[in-house]
Amino acid sequence: MLLIACPWCGERDELEFHYGGQAHVAHPADPEALSDGEWAEYLFVRDNPKGPFAERWSHAAGCRRWFSVVRHTVTHRILAVQSNHPTAADGTKPVTA
Amino acid sequence: MTADTLRRSPLGHLADVLAAHSTGGERGVRLREVPFLAQLDLQLHPHGPAAQRIATALGTPLPTAPNTVTAGGPDDLQVLWLGPQEWLVLGPDGSAPTTAGLLRAALADEPGSVVDVGANRTTLELAGPAARHVLEKGCALDLHPRVFGPGRCAQTLLGKVNVILHQVDAEPAYRLLVRGSFTQYLTDWLLDAMEEYRHPPLPA
Ligand SMILES: [Zn+2]
Repeated sequence: MLLIACPWCGERDELEFHYGGQAHVAHPADPEALSDGEWAEYLFVRDNPKGPFAERWSHAAGCRRWFSVVRHTVTHRILAVQSNHPTAADGTKPVTA
Repeated sequence: MTADTLRRSPLGHLADVLAAHSTGGERGVRLREVPFLAQLDLQLHPHGPAAQRIATALGTPLPTAPNTVTAGGPDDLQVLWLGPQEWLVLGPDGSAPTTAGLLRAALADEPGSVVDVGANRTTLELAGPAARHVLEKGCALDLHPRVFGPGRCAQTLLGKVNVILHQVDAEPAYRLLVRGSFTQYLTDWLLDAMEEYRHPPLPA
């Protein structure tokens, strides 16, 4: 089981979290201009790296906030946790494991 | 009032059972329901002018440190941190309309909300020397006094049920806010977890 450091609550069991997939997938500026193929690419196609991967997690059973995690997909080591909430003063926090 | 004579708490019919399963002594643990606490969900920007007005109106500042509780005011209100801009204001039975009025007046036209969530959850109180050991059977949080103590709260899982856990006393005593439809299950789970403390420990 992963131990994930929520930016607010600190380390909690993975069971308390909900996975939100790849982070930083930008909504197309002009969806009308996209072909069906491009729209499908935006909706469904995600990176699948072997190594560090930036992804979204929500502390669903805790404070219910979304944040970003960089996780190594082979070792599951969590390399960084980042909140982009306007009241979070801390920015990116490297995680030492 | 009609509402007062008709209302029922999720564990009202089990008060005698909870009392019968509660034990004293150095391994003791007690369980009871604290029904009908006033519960108001409050959302607003934690550093805006309304936050200051609300602190004055409540008689206690909104806690900004995650998972902490502030208390005060003439109504002995407790304010639990639920998120960076969300709090749960707890008060005695019947205090919700007055407190909600104070909060709405203090919020004025700033972005935010005050919602009466009193029907959402009921409150269980688990207290006694063995209370922490009972919780530790189904909660992954570190509840040791060096980490968790009076004035701390957490939203977490207990026996796989979402709860708001709030330590109210160093005895220790905890309050568990749990949704009505999960209350019977969690009570069964707690009574089972408490069972061993009704008997003397086995000789080593
Ligand atoms: Zn959290």
